[in-house]
Amino acid sequence: MENVKPLIVEIKNLSKSYRRGSQIIPVLEDINIEIPEGEFLALMGPSGSGKSTLLNLIAGIDKADSGLVKVGGIDIAALSEAELAGWRAGNVGFIFQFYNLIPVLTAFENVELPLLLTGLSKKERHEHVEMALRVVNLSDRMEHYPAQLSGGQQQRVAIARAIVTDPTILVADEPTGDLDRVSAKEILELMERLVRELGKTIIMVTHDARAAEKAHIIVHLEKGVLSFE
Amino acid sequence: MAIPLYYSFRNLWTRRLTTGLTIAGMALVVFVFAAILMLAEGLQKTLVETGSYDNTVIIRKASKSEVQSGVERGHASIIEVQPETALGPDSRRLIAKEIVVLINLPKRGTDKPSHVVIRGISEISMKIRPQIKIAEGRFPKPGSSEIMAGQSVAKRFKGGGLGEILRFGMRDWTVVGIFDAGNTGFSSEIWGDADQLMQAFRRPVYSSVILKLRDSSEFENLKQRLESDPRLTVDVLRETKYYEEQSEMMAKFLRILGLSLTIIFSLGAVIGAMITMYAAVSNRISEIGTLRSLGFQRRSILMAFLAESLLIGFIGGCVGLFFASFLQLFTVSTMNFQTFSELAFSFSLTVEIILQAMGFSLIMGFVGGVLPAFRAARMNIVEALRAS
Ligand SMILES: Nc1ncnc2c1ncn2[C@@H]1O[C@H](COP(=O)(O)OP(=O)(O)O)[C@@H](O)[C@H]1O
Ligand SMILES: [Mg+2]
Repeated sequence: MENVKPLIVEIKNLSKSYRRGSQIIPVLEDINIEIPEGEFLALMGPSGSGKSTLLNLIAGIDKADSGLVKVGGIDIAALSEAELAGWRAGNVGFIFQFYNLIPVLTAFENVELPLLLTGLSKKERHEHVEMALRVVNLSDRMEHYPAQLSGGQQQRVAIARAIVTDPTILVADEPTGDLDRVSAKEILELMERLVRELGKTIIMVTHDARAAEKAHIIVHLEKGVLSFE
Repeated sequence: MAIPLYYSFRNLWTRRLTTGLTIAGMALVVFVFAAILMLAEGLQKTLVETGSYDNTVIIRKASKSEVQSGVERGHASIIEVQPETALGPDSRRLIAKEIVVLINLPKRGTDKPSHVVIRGISEISMKIRPQIKIAEGRFPKPGSSEIMAGQSVAKRFKGGGLGEILRFGMRDWTVVGIFDAGNTGFSSEIWGDADQLMQAFRRPVYSSVILKLRDSSEFENLKQRLESDPRLTVDVLRETKYYEEQSEMMAKFLRILGLSLTIIFSLGAVIGAMITMYAAVSNRISEIGTLRSLGFQRRSILMAFLAESLLIGFIGGCVGLFFASFLQLFTVSTMNFQTFSELAFSFSLTVEIILQAMGFSLIMGFVGGVLPAFRAARMNIVEALRAS
C-alpha cells in the first residue's frame, strides 16, 4: 500500500475577483487543489491568468471572496489580519522574483529579520541564520549588503531568509524570472535540494518550462481554471 | 517584535543629503527656540541673583519698582527703627535709604543714548550687599560729587570709566571707582552719595529703604507690621522676590516672542520633514510589502517610519542645542521694560531648556512623520508588492 502523505494545502471552491472602479474582474473561479507535504509544485500559465493571485491567497497576504483555504490544517480565511501576520511569520517563507531584500541590511541581517518575530534569543537567532546561510552556501557573504551581491547570490540570501524560520510552506513567485540561465539553474537546484533533503514543501509560480521541469507536479492555470499534467 | 532601530537609522544615512537638509532646518528652529529661552533665563537669573534673601526692600505701595517709588523722609525714619534690622559690627543698623534715578547716557562706540540707573547710596549700602566689591579705584567720598560705576556701565557707556567725568543733574561727577557686582543687575548701575544726588535731581524723597534682617525668618513679622501701619503706605518685599518680579514681564515677553517666532519657523521645518518622509515611503513601497509579508504588523511599519522622523527631530535638536550652547559665551544688553534701564546679562542654558528644546524638536519630528508613517502602515500588501 502507498504511503499517504498529509495534506499541507487544501483549497476548496475558491473564488477571487478584483474590483476596478465599478467593474468586477473575476480572476479565480471555483478553484480546487490539494498539495501534500514535501511536494515541489510548479504553477504555470499565461501572464495575467491569476497565478500570483492564487499564490498570494495560499501565502495569506490576500483574502479570497469565497471558498476554503487551509494551510497546515489551519483555515487561514478565518484569521484576522493581525493573526494572519503572526501566522505568516511562522508558516510561510517567501521567495520573490526581484529577491526583495532590504537594501540597508546585510545578508546576515536580512536573514535574521523573520527571526525577530519569534521568541528566539540573540544567540539562537545567530545559530539559525548561520545554518540557513550555510544551506544556501553563502556563509562567506554574511556581512555583504544586497548591492554588493550578484542576482543569484541575492536570491540565495532570500531563500535563506525564507527557510530560516523552518516554515510550513515556501512560496516562490517567478524565482528565476530575473536571473541569467546559469544562476537560474543554481537556484532551481537549490530549491529541489530543499525539497529532497530537508523535506520542504514548495509552491512555485513560473512560466519558464525549464524551471517547471525541476518540480514534481506541474499545474496549469488558464482562464481561471486549473488543470493537472 | 519591532523592526530594529538600525533599520530606520541606516535608511536616514542612505539618503544623507536630504536627511542632512531636513535636520539642518530643524536645528535652526531649535537654535532660535533655545536662544530665546536662554535669553529669558539669563535675564531672570541676573535679576534674581541681584537680590539677597535676607534683605528687604521697602517701596511705596503699588509702585512695583524703585524707579516709580517714593518714600518720604518721615516714613523712612519710622522704618529705620524696626527691631528686625540686623546690626553691623559697629552696632549701626544695617539699613540704607536709597534713591534711584534714570538718566540718559551715550554708549561707547555708537553714541546712542540709553537709560542708566543712578543709585544714591550710603556706606551701609555696601555692607548689606557684601557681594559687591570695589574692583578699581575707591569708594566715593560721602558728601562729594564722586561716583562709582558698575563694571558693565564702565565698559559700555561713554565717560563711565575710571577717572572719567559724567555730566548729569547739572553737575559734573567724577568716576573714582569701578565696582564688581558679578552677574547681577547692579553691574549696570552707577552709585553715588544719596544726599548729593537728591539735591542734584531736586528730589525730596527716597526711592526705597533697604534693610538687612537680623534673622531672615522674621521677614513675615516685619512685612505684616509695616504694611498694616496706618502711618505708612508701603510694600515690603524680600529683595530676591523684588528682583524676580522686575524680570517677569520682560522674560514673559521674550518667551512669548520666542514661541510665536519658533512656531512660525517650525511650520517650515515640519513641512520639510513631511516631504522627506513622504518621499521615503514612496521609494520603499515594495519594501513595506516585503516586511508585511514576512509577518511584521502594520504598527511595526508605523513605528519604523515614525522612528525615522523622530530620529531626524532628535538629531536636529542635538545640533541646534550644540550651537545654542555657544551663546553662553556672549553677554547682551537690553532694555528692561519694567525699569526702562539698560541691563547686561548672558544667555543661560539650563536642563529645563535642554528638555524643552528636545521635546519641541521631537514634536516637530513626530508631526512631520506621522502622516507619511500612517500612509506606509495602511498599504495593502499585495498592491505594495506589485509596486516593484
Ligand atoms: N490589485 C489588483 N487590482 C485589480 N486587478 C488586479 C489586481 N491584482 C491583480 N489583478 C488582475 O488580476 C489578474 C491576475 O493577476 P496575477 O495574479 O498577477 O496574474 P499572473 O501572476 O498570472 O500574471 C490580472 O488580470 C491582473 O490585472
Ligand atoms: Mg504574477
